[in-house]
Amino acid sequence: MTEPLLVVDGLEVQFATEDGWVTVLDKVSFSVERGETVGLVGESGSGKTVTSLSILGLLPRESSRVTAGSIRLDGVELVGMPKHKLELLRGDEISMIFQEPMTSLDPAFRVGDQIAEVVRRHRGCSRRQAWARAVEVLTTVGIPHAETRARSYPHEFSGGMRQRVMIAMALSCEPKVIIADEPTTALDVTIQAQVLDLLRAMRDEFGTAVVFVTHDLGVVADICDRAVVMYAGQVVEQAQIDDLYDRPRHPYTEALLSAMPQLTARSGRLATIPGATPPAGSMPTGCRFHPRCAHVVDECREGDRDGRVAARTLDGGGLSRCLRVGDLVLKGSA
Amino acid sequence: MGTGELVGSTPAGSAPVSEVVGLDVEFKIRGGLLGKGGTLRAVRDVGFEIGERETLGLVGESGSGKSTTGRAMLRLVEPTRGIVRLDGEDVTALKGQELRAARRRMQMVFQDPYSSLDPSMVIAESIAEPLDTHDSLSRAERQKRVEDLLDHVGLSKRYAQRYPYEFSGGQRQRLAIARAIALNPRLLVCDEAVSALDVSTQNQILNLLEDLQEEFGLSYLFIAHDLAVVRHIAHRVAVMYLGEIVETGPTDRLFDKPAHPYTEALLSAVPVPNPRRQRTRERIILSGEVPDAANPPPGCAFHTRCPHVMEICRSVAPPSVEAPGGGTVRCHLHTS
Repeated sequence: MTEPLLVVDGLEVQFATEDGWVTVLDKVSFSVERGETVGLVGESGSGKTVTSLSILGLLPRESSRVTAGSIRLDGVELVGMPKHKLELLRGDEISMIFQEPMTSLDPAFRVGDQIAEVVRRHRGCSRRQAWARAVEVLTTVGIPHAETRARSYPHEFSGGMRQRVMIAMALSCEPKVIIADEPTTALDVTIQAQVLDLLRAMRDEFGTAVVFVTHDLGVVADICDRAVVMYAGQVVEQAQIDDLYDRPRHPYTEALLSAMPQLTARSGRLATIPGATPPAGSMPTGCRFHPRCAHVVDECREGDRDGRVAARTLDGGGLSRCLRVGDLVLKGSA
Repeated sequence: MGTGELVGSTPAGSAPVSEVVGLDVEFKIRGGLLGKGGTLRAVRDVGFEIGERETLGLVGESGSGKSTTGRAMLRLVEPTRGIVRLDGEDVTALKGQELRAARRRMQMVFQDPYSSLDPSMVIAESIAEPLDTHDSLSRAERQKRVEDLLDHVGLSKRYAQRYPYEFSGGQRQRLAIARAIALNPRLLVCDEAVSALDVSTQNQILNLLEDLQEEFGLSYLFIAHDLAVVRHIAHRVAVMYLGEIVETGPTDRLFDKPAHPYTEALLSAVPVPNPRRQRTRERIILSGEVPDAANPPPGCAFHTRCPHVMEICRSVAPPSVEAPGGGTVRCHLHTS
């Protein structure tokens, strides 16, 4: 059996703080198949962005470190890979789209040149060929008059168009996987719909796998095949998309789903999750969600393995980090 | 109906707390051809009213003028034309002492609570600051009032001597709300007040706003881009596009039977958190982007993106007419 395209296996990451090294990712494991879109879902402090930056090798080297685990792309180990080798990989086999494209585009250069530069670095083709490729991908992502617009600077594009430019750049070398971190969060909803449609079309056309990092359960329902739910630095649930919403298997997922205000019907009093996400460095023992959980029992405070709750593999391929997964029937989205 | 028509009527026929009539806000802009500069009409002929204990949701995309409308009501930006009344009094003409007196009756809650909390002041001072400006209270009265306010927004009075950085995002938004209600205002303008918060925290703040409305009879202008949140909290909704209100109506009618093609497209673009429903929903993907407000299209401002565009839309601006089921709509589909 061949390994999935991207495998994150037991990833543990620590950050430097005033009180020393603090673990922010606790044995994060998940995988992404070719052409699959996997949502990495969670609220602030869940570790979803740290996970995505780890995959890209973009965590700050002075203040963070990977202390355990493995990240493999097509069988190649990324953890511990020298910087210059990672740079060759980024933009080529793996590329990224961030929330604010202005931070990833250089304001001083024409967008066509920036895309052509990526192509030249990785493909070693002529300037003319690289420019032609830039125009081609700008056309692919729906930039009108791409030939002319390639000569424009980033500030001459609207927010939605800049995000298209970023997607064009991410696609320019036909990567195997794109890490998209909140790529539509800053966009208006009508523009978000356009960008999600574009990402879907790109996936269908080129078979690119996507790790879609987001807090928005509506966006996950729209674009993802599968979801990985994170809470307080751990993966708490993994499931096929329909299963996750029909029948969540972790109380945190249930709580998130029930807290979503409904567009299609007026809700009564809005559901809340009491308390707040614990800060890294002072995680509760046992299940990390237990102080906020509606289904908590005594065992949850203890955990089942060195003060933690182990992840449980479920029939049908899902996963839940809940002690009570066998006896709880949780509520899905209406 | 002509300029600045009102949005439906207020509940129980009571006098509105706030009325906006024919509001225009223009900004001078530089540049353009030959460097002549020009005028950007950020808000065009906007009118609505808000009753006691009522929440009017104001929705639209970036550049629609919804924030500018809220700021103009509080005179944080100056209206170019039009009337803003608070309890019957036109606040657009007020100056000095009178304007300060009016301002204690209308307050604003912003997206980023940092902007209304001084990071160098303990929060008791931040909350008491409006009291010091407007009232002369004894030390003991002042402290009592601060403790009451903290209690009303669900925070312990033990927090009074802490600094803003010691609080989470949700707690800071509670503090900003405590400060905003310190002077017993009539109207709160909430501008993306929960947009930066995680969903569970967001809901705590929305529930708090509902409780305070009930308790103090507050009126809200609730400006937001999140339509699901607006459906929950608003009694009536106004939809803005390129500076104009294109549709208004009671919340259920507007969400269930949108009358304006823009409202319909906006609603269909919101992904619902249910994959089966999301897959089968009819979605309208608008082409193009919001036009430049400095150079709005002639006729109906939405005609460049409208799936139902007709010849008349390109040249004639549609008047605001009654929408089927309540409210108003500005669209030629409803005039012919």
